[in-house]
Amino acid sequence: MRTEDKLPVLASHRPTTPDPRAQAGGSAPETPASGFHNDSRDLIARPNLDASPGRPLPLLPEPSGERDPLARRITCLHLPRFSIERWLRIMDRQGEPVSDTLPAALAVEGRHGAVIHATTRAAEAAGIRRGARVVDMRALCPDLRVDYADLQGDRMMLQRLMLWARRWCPWTALDGAAGLVMDTTGSDHLCGGEGPMLRDMEERLSHLGLSADLATAPTHGAAWALSRLGGVRETCPPERLAERMAPLPVRALRLDGDTVLLLQRLGLKTVGDLAAVPRLSLARRFARAELERNPLLRLDQMMGRRAEPVEAPEDPPRFAVESRLPEPVEDPAPHLPALTAALCARLEAAGFGARRVVLTVYRTDGAVSRVEVAMARASREAAHILRLFEGKLEGIDPGFGFDQIALGATVAEELPRVQARLDGTGGEGTEIARLTDRLAARHGGRTVSRPRLRESHKPERRELWTAALGPAGRPARPAAQPRPLRLLEPPEEVAVLYAVPEGPPAQFVWRRRTHRVMRYAGPERIAPEWWRDRPETRLRDYYRVEDQGGRRIWLYRDGVLTDGFGRDPNWFIHGVHG
Amino acid sequence: MSCDQPPLKTSADLLRDRAADRPVATLSEVFSETAADGAVTGFTLANLDPAHGPLLWIMDRITRKECGIPYLAGFPREWEVIRVDVSRPVDVLWSAEQGLGTPALGGVIAEVWGDPPVLDFTATKRLALRAEANGVPCWLLRRAAQPALSAARERWRVSSLPSGNHPWDSRAPGQPHWKVELFRSRFRAPGTWVARYDAERHHMDLDPPVAQVRTPDAAAV
Repeated sequence: MRTEDKLPVLASHRPTTPDPRAQAGGSAPETPASGFHNDSRDLIARPNLDASPGRPLPLLPEPSGERDPLARRITCLHLPRFSIERWLRIMDRQGEPVSDTLPAALAVEGRHGAVIHATTRAAEAAGIRRGARVVDMRALCPDLRVDYADLQGDRMMLQRLMLWARRWCPWTALDGAAGLVMDTTGSDHLCGGEGPMLRDMEERLSHLGLSADLATAPTHGAAWALSRLGGVRETCPPERLAERMAPLPVRALRLDGDTVLLLQRLGLKTVGDLAAVPRLSLARRFARAELERNPLLRLDQMMGRRAEPVEAPEDPPRFAVESRLPEPVEDPAPHLPALTAALCARLEAAGFGARRVVLTVYRTDGAVSRVEVAMARASREAAHILRLFEGKLEGIDPGFGFDQIALGATVAEELPRVQARLDGTGGEGTEIARLTDRLAARHGGRTVSRPRLRESHKPERRELWTAALGPAGRPARPAAQPRPLRLLEPPEEVAVLYAVPEGPPAQFVWRRRTHRVMRYAGPERIAPEWWRDRPETRLRDYYRVEDQGGRRIWLYRDGVLTDGFGRDPNWFIHGVHG
Repeated sequence: MSCDQPPLKTSADLLRDRAADRPVATLSEVFSETAADGAVTGFTLANLDPAHGPLLWIMDRITRKECGIPYLAGFPREWEVIRVDVSRPVDVLWSAEQGLGTPALGGVIAEVWGDPPVLDFTATKRLALRAEANGVPCWLLRRAAQPALSAARERWRVSSLPSGNHPWDSRAPGQPHWKVELFRSRFRAPGTWVARYDAERHHMDLDPPVAQVRTPDAAAV
């Protein structure tokens, strides 16, 4: 009997590669470490577990049936120059590449002015340090180029990178501001082992313009330490873990700066020093400290005595439907209603709504065409999506016909079911959003815009017209000062006669018509925004004038004669009052 | 037994009958004497109310260049505006029709430069019927244009007048005054007025012009 033979074998056998989900799920409290003593109070009650000084930390005896805490393989990926490399890539794409030899740095706002956040290699060679103040570093290196860091953009890019890294293993998660952690248990053989896998990761990241430090170790803490402080693409087998960790400095324990300083003052310079200290003393000293300040807990995490599973967020859902046609067709339009209905049914089942829908048609000769529509508000109403495609399918060249049609929601948002009104129709906001969608689908997304208020006292910067399909900003409000109803973009230069150079205009010629100034109000002086404008920008004196026909015009003199720029100031018309 | 004829209706009676079933919103056309005159925009906004909903503002390319874009800092009230920038007049008309099909809107302002052939009687009739069916007022602003055949229910010609006195500064321009001429109307008698607009209250007073007021006095003397 085969089954009877097998059963006792299975019962006594401890799987070497356990089911990764059980550990990676992160929610299971009975993960390996719960069998080990991670609570300091528990430790005090059992002094026999103390690591005796002088010998490496012993691996705790495993109760039978428990999983080996060091059986996992965790890969840490550290991107030491993530911000600056992303910035260099953006500059490159914008057509103004930054030379490798030019020292450049990114800054963030610190407590006393801007501080350096990231540096290029050239800047580092010039002595620019992270965390130093920008003014100090400018003194050190006068031709330092400083730009502001886009921390939120970095975070979003790292999120995308995390999903991108799921090509190597299904469980990846963020690790700090510039790192990823991956549970590569059992997936390294797909690349031919751990060494080739790390090399593959490094190569693919370098194609993205990112330099990376990688390491694989049995625990997250050890992999973190090795990626930052270890060798190039280091892999650490479980049996050499304690030996490899011992010479690393205590900052390899992911502790905060104060605790590292404290440990150094106590004479504990390396992980080995710390491990040699009796557990009881450490537990007593750091009993109430949080994880980031608790060397004992961090040491336990590093050595696998305390569980730290990789908590990988779920993949974002994808919505796409397609239909393969037995015979090529010339016109995809008749197939669209069924596809749209199927897509909307899927969206509804998942509680999502589409913001952007792409129709992809595959021609028999291999050519692929795409038609994209966007929506101001997430929607899963088939009739509305279908209407946006109206008139857009004529532009597709059918050739010898299409044999495959796919419809996918490339951007989807959660859309709970709500009922705005008792009669079931959508509210007013829905109607307006639908209208914006139709207009944008017909004329292009940029043509439909809404005003957004900005923090600026320059008239043309005060309101920014942004695409109505994008996120809504602060709505524009009337200003406290009298302002024109319409603003000319850009301001039009006019020839002006005046009695005194600093005074109001007496007469001006605008669009070949002479306007005599009958009444005026002003000047209202608007200074340039020195934090945003170029240094040669002059101040403006605005006048509200009325001409002989009663037309009320808003014009300004760009600068005054004595402001040191030399040139005679020019006059510009900037707006028309009602 | 006599079948008495209904009394003949005068033109004023006919107008009054029509005024009774006047729709809440309709298509109005505003012509301007000079292209870059802010009076047209001011008069149109004075006839609309931000409480009724957001405003769809459609402009063609030349209008954008010549007259500028709406500047909400100078508006009398906080107003929600959706701006549509198109290049061809036919797109202006299409967008306006789409907007008029949305009852949640508080108004549609469409600006067309010159006299494009697509802006004919049929196009304006479509706009007028849609506006009346959905109760969304539509204002067609025409610049550098001739008042040719159109189905607009009210057609105005607007120009600036020297403004009122400023309460504190005698040299400064004060409350805006406009000369508004209603030269074709379906619901009321045409006429010419001086419009005085009070931005504080968002309220417009229409006064008969001084020249017309004086005429009976002159006849009496």
